Amino acid sequence: MDHSKPLYEAILNGDDKASVAATRAALAANAHPMELVTTAMIPAMDEVGKLFEAQEYFVPELLLAGRAMRAAMDLLRPLLAASGAQPIGRVVIGTVAGDLHDIGKNLVASMLQGGGFEVTDLGTDVKPERFIEAVETFNADIVALSALLTVTMPAMKLTVDAMRAAGMRDRVKVMIGGAPVTRQYSDAIGADGYCESASGVVAMARNFIEERHSH
Amino acid sequence: MFGHSKKPLRCGFDLTIGAGHVFPEVNFTLPAINVEKATWSEVVAQYEEMATKILERAIALQVPGLVLEFELLPAMTSTPEWGAELTRLLESHLRRAHEKHGLRCALRVTPTDMRAQGMPPLLRSGAAWETMTRSFELCMEAGAHLISIESIGGKELHDPGLMYGDIRAIVFALGVLAPRDTAWLWDQISAMCAQNGGSFPAGDSACGFANTAMQLAHQHMLPEVLAAVVRAMSAVRSLAAFEHGAVGPSKDCAYEGPIIKAITGYPICMEGKSASCAHFSPLGNIAAAMCDLWSNESVQNVRLLSGSAPEAFTETLAYDCRLMNVASDKGDALRLRDWLTESDEWLSPQAAVLSPEATMSIAGAIVSEKGYYNRTIAAGLAAVAILRAGIQRKQLTLRVKEVQWLDRIEKELDSLAPAETKVTEEMMSQHGTEFDASSYGL
Repeated sequence: MDHSKPLYEAILNGDDKASVAATRAALAANAHPMELVTTAMIPAMDEVGKLFEAQEYFVPELLLAGRAMRAAMDLLRPLLAASGAQPIGRVVIGTVAGDLHDIGKNLVASMLQGGGFEVTDLGTDVKPERFIEAVETFNADIVALSALLTVTMPAMKLTVDAMRAAGMRDRVKVMIGGAPVTRQYSDAIGADGYCESASGVVAMARNFIEERHSH
Repeated sequence: MFGHSKKPLRCGFDLTIGAGHVFPEVNFTLPAINVEKATWSEVVAQYEEMATKILERAIALQVPGLVLEFELLPAMTSTPEWGAELTRLLESHLRRAHEKHGLRCALRVTPTDMRAQGMPPLLRSGAAWETMTRSFELCMEAGAHLISIESIGGKELHDPGLMYGDIRAIVFALGVLAPRDTAWLWDQISAMCAQNGGSFPAGDSACGFANTAMQLAHQHMLPEVLAAVVRAMSAVRSLAAFEHGAVGPSKDCAYEGPIIKAITGYPICMEGKSASCAHFSPLGNIAAAMCDLWSNESVQNVRLLSGSAPEAFTETLAYDCRLMNVASDKGDALRLRDWLTESDEWLSPQAAVLSPEATMSIAGAIVSEKGYYNRTIAAGLAAVAILRAGIQRKQLTLRVKEVQWLDRIEKELDSLAPAETKVTEEMMSQHGTEFDASSYGL
């Protein structure tokens, strides 16, 4: 029996009740938790991402799919942990100091969670030292910085500089985004990547992790 | 009608708003710079330069009146003395321009609503509220003529509601939480203005609600029809400011302003095509149809070929207003208003709900109901009806996906309990940890 299809469909339809039911049914039929992740959850979220890119899905459909995936993952996580499985990567995300805007940041956080990352959201107006502390606490692979105001963009540089001073720049990738942010600015402050929209974030984060594994 | 409101406001240096002419409201901000003690002299120099250049350009173009808007950046609100210092600087520039050149003018000051710092945010007490209060008081003392804010009460539930397309949460945020906060906040602001004696409580904006939806729709993240319905519903929470002391002009980014003007008769500020320096909108012309002040929303102090960006946008606004005022003087204002309307009206659902006819219809739906919650649902259903009528008449063309969302929005609005207490109970049980009930008197 194909255990993956009902779960795949439930996630695609953003139906968290159905995704939980499908996961329970699959586990009851002895499906392997990791198999459900690789054959249903990740392909479903990839498809959702494609539909969003093609403007067939709006953000609500995308986030509901993410919620359905997380509901299924809540059932699988203890089983995966027991088998020693790890998340794809760990991300610490926040809007930089002085900036209270959070919609873009929230969207990116949800997309990363949907893409299989473990995300720690520090909220808004986050000072550099809080990012540094969170990197240590959560053993983060990636720090994602958001800013909506031109006048708070310099706080991105302060954060990157502070991470460098704390001696963690070599082991943590930094990605930045927000309406006034540009690729040039990302390069100028020494960040590792810039995403113009939330939809490219998961691919960039996966690339960061793959790069790390290849070294 | 643009330039005409039933209750004009005389303020600042001999400026009467809404008495027949439209005036530019110029809004300006810093280029990328840290606002901190070490850079403060540079910050002050930037504002000095912007005020000087804007007023030079306005005087050269013989504008009959002008409003400057100073939107405080977060650091200027959290250090209230900084906001007050810049307020004093801008007021002195306007005073000199009035005394030397006879320029009729006023200064609008808009502190940042900083209360969203906790989770859930505490709105009626705490350090952030106390600092904000101090910021209001010092800016008033420093010479602010008009006081505004883009208040955020209810946003903690509205943002996730938008992102998940949760219509019930959106209605609860806009129809229960947000107006309760707006009402409370404007009682405080109005009292502070009355005590100061020199400042008017001007108006609020649903920027954090409806403009968020507008920008997300622009990026294809949300359906345009949802943004249009949210706009109509958001008028109820912005109206609450006027029910609690505000006298206009409403804030420039409050695109729901025409609905408020239709209900209250107070003057409004609007922004559209000449605010493209700040953000996209599908409302470039139609936004001008009923404005009393015409704004550029915000522009950074960067160099352009013609000078600094703030002075360039002063010129753009001056010519926009000059055209509207000549149309008024020649008795052709109605024709220009209709052209401004028709050029945008059916190209976007968001424009369709802001035509004079649509705003009257939404305003009528609002005043026909009692209570914020029922008014919010009524405004939403009125917007849905306007869009449906446009589709039926083949004036509005929507993608299938948008039509599906319109169906869903209508169904969910129709299914909401008529009693506010019932939906409040439901939302308290589902989202009770996401907002501080006491901040809303719940």
